[in-house]
Amino acid sequence: MNRRDERLIDVARALFAIGLALAAVALALALLGFAPGPALSALARGSLGSSAALTATVLKSTPLLLTGLGVALCFRCGVWNIGAEGQLLVGALCATAVATRFLTDAPAGVLLPAVVAAGALGGFAVGAIAGALRASRGVSEVISTILLNFVAIQLVALAVHGPLQEAAGAYPKSDPFPAAALLPAIGRWHLGIAIAALLAVATEGLLFRTAVGFRMRAVGLAPRAARFAGISPERIALFTLGLGGALAGLAGAFEVAGVTGQLYEGISPGHGYTAIAVALLAKLHPLAVIPSALFFGALEAGAGAMQREAGVPASVTQIVQGIAILVSATFAVAAGRRRGGMAAGAAADAVEETA
Amino acid sequence: MEALLEAAVRLAAPLLLAALGELIVERAGVVNIGVEGTMLTGAFVGFAAAVASDSAGLGVAAAAFAGCAVGALFAFFAIARGTDQIVVGMAVNLLAVGATGLAARALYAGATPSGPTLSSAALPFASDLPFVGPALFAHTPFVYAAFGLALVVGFALARTRAGLRLRAVGEVARAADAEGVSVARVRVSAIVLGSGLAGIAGAALSLAQSDTFTEGMTAGRGFIALAVVIFGRWSSSGVVLAALFFGLANALQFRAQAQGFDIPYPLFLMFPYVVTLTVLAFVAAHARAPADLGTPYHRER
Repeated sequence: MNRRDERLIDVARALFAIGLALAAVALALALLGFAPGPALSALARGSLGSSAALTATVLKSTPLLLTGLGVALCFRCGVWNIGAEGQLLVGALCATAVATRFLTDAPAGVLLPAVVAAGALGGFAVGAIAGALRASRGVSEVISTILLNFVAIQLVALAVHGPLQEAAGAYPKSDPFPAAALLPAIGRWHLGIAIAALLAVATEGLLFRTAVGFRMRAVGLAPRAARFAGISPERIALFTLGLGGALAGLAGAFEVAGVTGQLYEGISPGHGYTAIAVALLAKLHPLAVIPSALFFGALEAGAGAMQREAGVPASVTQIVQGIAILVSATFAVAAGRRRGGMAAGAAADAVEETA
Repeated sequence: MEALLEAAVRLAAPLLLAALGELIVERAGVVNIGVEGTMLTGAFVGFAAAVASDSAGLGVAAAAFAGCAVGALFAFFAIARGTDQIVVGMAVNLLAVGATGLAARALYAGATPSGPTLSSAALPFASDLPFVGPALFAHTPFVYAAFGLALVVGFALARTRAGLRLRAVGEVARAADAEGVSVARVRVSAIVLGSGLAGIAGAALSLAQSDTFTEGMTAGRGFIALAVVIFGRWSSSGVVLAALFFGLANALQFRAQAQGFDIPYPLFLMFPYVVTLTVLAFVAAHARAPADLGTPYHRER
């Protein structure tokens, strides 16, 4: 089987996972007494049915693309980063602090880059905390990243009830961003969308075309072999968690500077968790994260319409995510074993051993 | 002081139940981060069954059963299919949030009623003891069950044949296999049993700590239970102490809040997570996890 055939089979598997998830949801809806037909057609209309719907899909996909890239990078290295949610939130928080408190009067040429950089740095810091805890104290990043998510949620709450609250003081939200802090946009399509797509290409390049990327993949495929080759899995984990955090932090900055124009609680409806589904459906392939993010973005955009028009709760999106994760991850394992050959089998097992 | 101790013990119970379940699972060499979702499922199913049957006791049984079912789902993918444990756990969490949210809307259409609860039962004589009596011996059955089960689990792990097998599978799966122990069977049983406890832990939230189900009501307690197991260094006595520690932190949080200290509310909510992270930073490096924790076992190798 050549590489092209394998790619095609991967695509077919991903589509099958999506189909299975949607079919399961339709069945669940029917069993619970909702009419699945109108629900699914509202889902389709709300995500693809008009130019406004398409725009909503792309806007929802952008944070999923960035967080999905961060998660995919980490999972590739055997680093279980469940913390994209917290990294995104702290990124949004730092971006807002710069835009509405620290550099409010700076010109756009200074302010906007500062806002975006603050977001990336904030996310980086949160990821690096988990990386440092693992490297120096042996704390599993699975636990630390999850706990940091909860800390981040409360940090945002603290900020919008306290130091970053709007001048009017009426609601728990930040002041609106000054115009110079907003991402340039055509209609609602902000610059962050293009940057996110470029970063997907850059991440692909980093992973497959650079020495660092080679080390990252080596650690993910066979950590013990990598250690013998002089690569430190702890340092790679720290680096990857920082980088993944920065990508998620950027997603947070783009949300506040490109979509909402201010910070409030619940600014992320769980993008960081959806990111796990996005990364796995893409088989941890940075370029494939683009269509995967578009699918889950469409699902979120459509779920809103489904709730409004068909009265079906938007929580079905989590069901689709869960099933898509299970089906695509299970395929990956089965394929790894079947592809046979000593090397492929050992690699598949090594990937699992890093868990 | 007495009230604080009482609250600490009460709030520790759901954490302890879930953590004991996870302890069993992890001693068998499996990490199940789906505890959060399993608890949430238990909270919902327990509540729904209690409302439907007007019996909190039946609710608890249903919650335990639901927990076992979620565990069986986890085991199917993580053990039978060999899918990564962390990934399956995360999927379980997402599925649980989605499914309980959807089912709650379908059943109660946004107006969730209050249901029956298991009321506190003061133990005769013991609850008359000065100071500790009311604090320790006037609780809901969940509290007695949690601490009683800690004894049972501790004894079973250390002193029974099944416990020995479970630990062998968690420490050196291949050696256990060579000794004729079925690694998969032991792990699946541990997961189903442990998840049943997580289901009951969920019921402790919807049938004792409150009288209703709210979406996402576990609010991260399942994840804290994971930390409790690490903090408790994978022993049942350690897990009891760790759960009490978190119960106390939780009780202090409510106390400080009620006394109206001028501290922002989010700081209180952040407190248990920051405490957990800090504790892990000091404990994790020294704690010794089961050697084969998180390592899938493939017989054909």
